[in-house]
Amino acid sequence: MAYLLKGVSILGAAPTDLAIVDGVISDKAPDDAQVIDATGLVALPGLVDVHTHLREPGREDAETVETGSRAAALGGYTAVCSMANTSPVADTAGVVEQVWRLGREAGLVDVQPIGAVTIGLAGKQLAELGAMADSAANVRIFSDDGFCVADPRLMRRALEYVKAFDGVIAQHAEEPRLTEGAQMHEGEVSTRLGLTGWPAVAEEAIIARDVLLAEHVGSRLHVCHVSTAGSVEVLRQAKARGVRVTAEVTPHHLLLTDELAAGYDPVFKVNPPLRTRNDVEALRQALLDGVIDVVATDHAPHAVQDKECEWSYARPGMLGLETALPIVLSVFGEKWDLIADRMSIAPARIAGLTGHGGDLSAGTPANITLVDPSARWVVDPAELASRSRNTPYAGMNLPGRIVATFLRGEATVLDGKAVK
Amino acid sequence: MAQPRADAPSKIILEGSDLHRVVDRIAHQILEKTSGATGTVLLGIPTRGVPLAHRLAARIHAFEGVEVPVGSLDITLYRDDLRLKATRALGKTELPSGGIDGLRVILVDDVLFSGRSVRAALDALQDLGRPSSVQLAVLVDRGHRQLPIRADYVGKNIPTALSESVKVALTETDGADEVRLIGGLK
Amino acid sequence: MIKHLRSAADLDAATATLILDTAAEMAALSGREVKKLPALRGRTVVNLFYEDSTRTRISFEAAAKRLSADVINFSAKGSSVSKGESLKDTALTLQAMGADAVVIRHPASGAPHRLAEWVDGSVVNAGDGTHEHPTQALLDAYTMRSRLGRLDGLKVAIVGDVLHSRVARSNVLLLTTLGAQVTVVGPPTLIPLDTAAALAEKTQVSYDLDAVLPDSDVVMMLRVQTERMQDSYFPSAREYSRRYGLDMRRMRRLPEHAIVMHPGPMNRGMEIAPEVADSPRSTIVEQVANGVSVRMAVLYLLLGGK
Repeated sequence: MAYLLKGVSILGAAPTDLAIVDGVISDKAPDDAQVIDATGLVALPGLVDVHTHLREPGREDAETVETGSRAAALGGYTAVCSMANTSPVADTAGVVEQVWRLGREAGLVDVQPIGAVTIGLAGKQLAELGAMADSAANVRIFSDDGFCVADPRLMRRALEYVKAFDGVIAQHAEEPRLTEGAQMHEGEVSTRLGLTGWPAVAEEAIIARDVLLAEHVGSRLHVCHVSTAGSVEVLRQAKARGVRVTAEVTPHHLLLTDELAAGYDPVFKVNPPLRTRNDVEALRQALLDGVIDVVATDHAPHAVQDKECEWSYARPGMLGLETALPIVLSVFGEKWDLIADRMSIAPARIAGLTGHGGDLSAGTPANITLVDPSARWVVDPAELASRSRNTPYAGMNLPGRIVATFLRGEATVLDGKAVK
Repeated sequence: MAQPRADAPSKIILEGSDLHRVVDRIAHQILEKTSGATGTVLLGIPTRGVPLAHRLAARIHAFEGVEVPVGSLDITLYRDDLRLKATRALGKTELPSGGIDGLRVILVDDVLFSGRSVRAALDALQDLGRPSSVQLAVLVDRGHRQLPIRADYVGKNIPTALSESVKVALTETDGADEVRLIGGLK
Repeated sequence: MIKHLRSAADLDAATATLILDTAAEMAALSGREVKKLPALRGRTVVNLFYEDSTRTRISFEAAAKRLSADVINFSAKGSSVSKGESLKDTALTLQAMGADAVVIRHPASGAPHRLAEWVDGSVVNAGDGTHEHPTQALLDAYTMRSRLGRLDGLKVAIVGDVLHSRVARSNVLLLTTLGAQVTVVGPPTLIPLDTAAALAEKTQVSYDLDAVLPDSDVVMMLRVQTERMQDSYFPSAREYSRRYGLDMRRMRRLPEHAIVMHPGPMNRGMEIAPEVADSPRSTIVEQVANGVSVRMAVLYLLLGGK
């Protein structure tokens, strides 16, 4: 199927026509191309998420590769990197290949598995990183996300080892001894609510250690979900010194604060926790400056019973795929070049996804997201494609509707609806 | 029962001097009916029954030199209409040091209307002790009883419509003495 | 009147004072022969206890029964709760049973807030995790007022493990609302960060008990669990007791009129010396008795009206 997007604005530029033929972007559309009136719509390179939890295998009641892929496509994504904390853990070639294959079968986005750094995420012994890299899944990002690779010697070895196949360790930066029993950001609100605090320093100390380790062994480091102003400063200095470190921030850490915990509704419980207004401001500035490279969703679906309970018993995490672009738009406005870089180009580069994060020039793979920036919508958890309902944005009126998503020229979303 | 609006028309039924005469009369009646008010305790029902009980005791003392013990009996927790209104603050319940067992208790209230307050007072009294008898003194009886209850001493009978209300003001609680009929007037 | 009592922050000065005044009337009524009052006849109060706390449960039970409410005790032991039923499912069960009020004790902070979303009746927090215990604060305030005649301007020192204390949180909030000047005292490891900003602006923090005592009208000793030692909050029970325990020597530093309080249960010899606990300045037994009157007042004011 060929498409002709008439009157589309590429990254906010003057309206033009964009043709999609045989999976690539073309100068000219054939006569039988399906014409889409794209007046007022903006084309972006298909969004790429380097941090998604698809929950399959193990918690198919919360999400599956298929439902998560559909949520991703509806959010404008053409590729997602699925985290390794499944059950069983994605710590072998077998599991990563299974996830990769399920992604292909769903066919809605490219599902790029992330491999575990250590066996069972236990932080004791390296998983077979090379086998996962050499598998059909072609794993390049490794992470124990959910847990920190806390042992400094193990972290050093992991950083070094993956150099052999240009891998990267994505660290969940959380010094575990400083966050035992932690429920929310440590500060005024945690004191008032009587919830055990998760101090900012537990994140900053690990990032500081890891950038020094990465510098020492000359490896790449990626820092997951940066959440504090202090972390931003550590990263800023490391980057200024030339350390090969990249970092991500989630949409929720760019918008929400710890005050939301006041009603004890665990829909606002997430790890790392929501921080203060000051942290939010620093993270926004860091994303603008490029100190933080990408926006990653940390899409973390949870079954109803894991959220409709006491705060301390609830699992941490929030849905993110279907609201990420609208949240970023609401925070930064229509800065299309910034959005394209932080949500597509840079994440594709970090994840080594060569077909994604293009510049929408002729001859490049047609991975495209079409957005209507003037449309506003109200988030209704029941309407989301994810199998779970744990969005912190319920009832919020957000700008920006995803009109269409194309994965290598095939529409996965048309007219705001998933094609399959 | 619907209350007349605050700005509804009203008229004075008893002025200060009338009210004093009415209290005097009740005091005389008590002395007469109780053979000199011996073995008698006056229990005022808050809010305005309490100062009325004290006035009656003072008048009885002035007329015959008898000291009648005075106390207060809050009926809030015994009301049958608690759930029909927002939560009410409690009034004071204070029995005279001699208690009430074996004595004649005269309940004192400002207005007798449905009789429900008196019913509640009788219940409250039962939990406090066992008087030899119980009587009722009211400043105003406005009729419309909903229970088989009557007063032993009535200062003034005021026929009213249900749409009207009777408002007793006393110096101790309201800064002035008067009884007013509110609403129902054209 | 408020609908729920989840936090001492639910109470403004007028409401808190109304509760204390009502408790005083309840206390007067409790002295008579027939203790039962009919105010809550036909109302159902559920005691939902996820933690063992016999004294608090009995106190609420006595309060509800004196007001003629029907009381259902629903404890974590020997019920569906121990079989892993969720708080929400339990709430729906209580709802179906027509609970007019649920008194909840729970190890998780904020459980009463969650419960209030799932039941139509009133929710009373009887202690949630390390968050609050508002009726304890009310009975403490009541005890202070009856012993010292006022709360406004009173200087109160709350001493010990403030970080993990629900009693401390509720007391700081309530006492400040009622005009008292609160100082929290303890080792820095057991005083939460940003205490004043988090709870009440005027709250003062001190690490020196001896310096605070001469200027205190009330000193409230908090229970300190010895297991905190294992977590390095302080080096040893001996050192804790020496620096922050109230012994006879320290008690003599208090002004003549000052009182000593403890929410119980006490670690005699740890935060409080036995002869201090048993001294005439100690209000510990009074606090228990006042608990019933205060809880009667709370239940009456929450459930007595429309």
